[in-house]
Amino acid sequence: MRFTWFNLMPWPYLPEDFREKNHSVWVDINSRLFDPAKSHEVYNTYLDLLEYAGTLGFDGIGVNEHHQNAYGLMPSPNIIAASLARRTDNVGLVVLGASIALYNPPLRVAEEFAMLDCISGGRLVAGFPVGTSMDTNYCYGTIPGLTREKYREAHDLIKRAWAEPEPFAFNGRYTKLRYVNPWPRPIQQPHPPIHIPGGGSVETFDFCIDNTYSYSYLSFGGYIRGKALMQGYWDRMAERNAPDTSPYRAGFAQTICVAETDAEAERLYKKHVSYFYNRCLHVYPGFADAPGYRTIKTIQKGILSQYAPLQMFQELPWKELVDNGSVIAGSPETVRQRMEDLIKSLHVGNIFCLMHVGDMPKDKCMYSTRLFAEKVMPKLRHMFPEYDNDERFWCKPLAKRVTAGSLPAESEIDALVGADA
Amino acid sequence: MELKTLQTPRVPVRYYEGGSGHRLVFLHGAGGLDLDLKFLDALAAQYHVYAPLVPGYGDSEECAELRDMLDFTLHTWDVVERLGIKDPILVGISMGGMIAGEMAAIAPNDVSRLGLIAPAGLWLEDHPIPDFFSMMPYELPAYLFHDVEAGAKAFQAAGDMSDPAFLTAFLVQNARQLGAAGKILFPIPERGLASRLYRIKAKTLLIWGESDKLVPPVYAKAFQSAIPQADVVMIPEAGHAISFEKPVEVINALARLQ
Repeated sequence: MRFTWFNLMPWPYLPEDFREKNHSVWVDINSRLFDPAKSHEVYNTYLDLLEYAGTLGFDGIGVNEHHQNAYGLMPSPNIIAASLARRTDNVGLVVLGASIALYNPPLRVAEEFAMLDCISGGRLVAGFPVGTSMDTNYCYGTIPGLTREKYREAHDLIKRAWAEPEPFAFNGRYTKLRYVNPWPRPIQQPHPPIHIPGGGSVETFDFCIDNTYSYSYLSFGGYIRGKALMQGYWDRMAERNAPDTSPYRAGFAQTICVAETDAEAERLYKKHVSYFYNRCLHVYPGFADAPGYRTIKTIQKGILSQYAPLQMFQELPWKELVDNGSVIAGSPETVRQRMEDLIKSLHVGNIFCLMHVGDMPKDKCMYSTRLFAEKVMPKLRHMFPEYDNDERFWCKPLAKRVTAGSLPAESEIDALVGADA
Repeated sequence: MELKTLQTPRVPVRYYEGGSGHRLVFLHGAGGLDLDLKFLDALAAQYHVYAPLVPGYGDSEECAELRDMLDFTLHTWDVVERLGIKDPILVGISMGGMIAGEMAAIAPNDVSRLGLIAPAGLWLEDHPIPDFFSMMPYELPAYLFHDVEAGAKAFQAAGDMSDPAFLTAFLVQNARQLGAAGKILFPIPERGLASRLYRIKAKTLLIWGESDKLVPPVYAKAFQSAIPQADVVMIPEAGHAISFEKPVEVINALARLQ
């Protein structure tokens, strides 16, 4: 199993009546609710938490990209990943991901991901999302009906840029470049492992199958509701006669809260879970799916965006969120059982653990994270022994890596310079 | 009106044809022709009307090769060509007005009479056009109609959103139609038409509803000042869906182009 500690980086100061008084948490979110001075501490706390998780045995620490969104303070995931690259070791940097169609030219992603891979010593796990309609269409202005074509072209450019040793001309419809020749190139060859976050598009299933990419479903609806979608992926895999059904071909994001007992979990985390589900997910449904963003095939399959029927999240009580699997919470044993259920029923090898929830303060988050790392994760390690050697979907760091702080002491410099002369 | 199909180089095109008299090509808006079928019938009482559907509208085939304004403009000229008609009275509403304006600007010697009904295509910083792509169906009537209540009823008559089968069909139609419209209207319905309007040689009529809240009447002035020979007809008690709300008045106004 691969466990990635994931932080969405929610803004923790949304007022109690946020839902009643605001149109949406995303796209046209009220800018006055953001306080730059407070964000200084918020960002640094969140970075500290990611670094902390990196010391506890998680396989990866994960970040993603959202725009104009009060529950995701990372318009640039690569800036966050870059600061983590310097302050961590022995943990994968999972950027899930950079919305490749939004960069102009998308070659920028090939460059930045290569930089991250080089700085981190080959620890990058690269995510290539199409991006949500909120981010891609409404915030960044991409024409919905052309989004997928633009995405595919960006993907082809990046893959080719990493693979071709000679400069080449790229005559795309959306990007035209005479000399494609990125410096640097990634350590991991032919390219870092690629994960594709998706929301149920059949086309994205096929894209992952065709390219041996891992499909990740990043939902907040939990594993019970997520089963239908993941089953759609595995069914498609069978239809397409994929060579194997390795669980590492799939990933799933799950909100997890651990305490000593089930009752303590409720007492400690209830209000932060409520903050997330009842305030942060207040997305105006008109922003959920710009017409043309989803393909007809996908709409007909009836797998609609998690954001569209948003009312389902309205004022959901703790018990319901736990019972319906949106949140896996409780004692280490309760969480272990439910995680096992998740892993088996969805057949997923990559788990993106959403362990910072809503406005959760750092001490509670560390407590929950440590309990998960020490008392739950070790017992779930070998759920799929027959695939323990499947390394295709994870990073392969250099054996010998350097870390930050390799400069000689000031006192040594004169001696060193003198010796050279 | 009869629904027919013609072949263009890129895609088969569905179009309504009917009536007799001067030939008139009518280009629909982003909402399609659903609310305008009665208007077309009334128009066909006086003209030989051709009303082609943008690929993806109604039951017509989508066309992935239509990506930008030039594609839409030339495609619509291809349709006129295949209809075998020359210099029809060219009329368009909203998005259709934007396409008609582009057609007249790109081929000024081929259009002598142009009717633009509340056309899209310009953007005035002080009068931004609301983002109808992000609106929920129940929010649209307030922007489309002068008589919001009557308009909302016409909307609801299409079907019941709480019925999952209708909802899926509605979402599919929305994705097909507005997905196509988005190529020239998203995120801002402006593709440089302002810099080309000077080329139009047609006698041009701008028809606007006084209570248009989607493309407010101030846009009539902007079009008028950029097109060499343009008159404005303002119609009271009409919103953006002016051909639905005031079909007779619109048809009477168009008579000035004959």
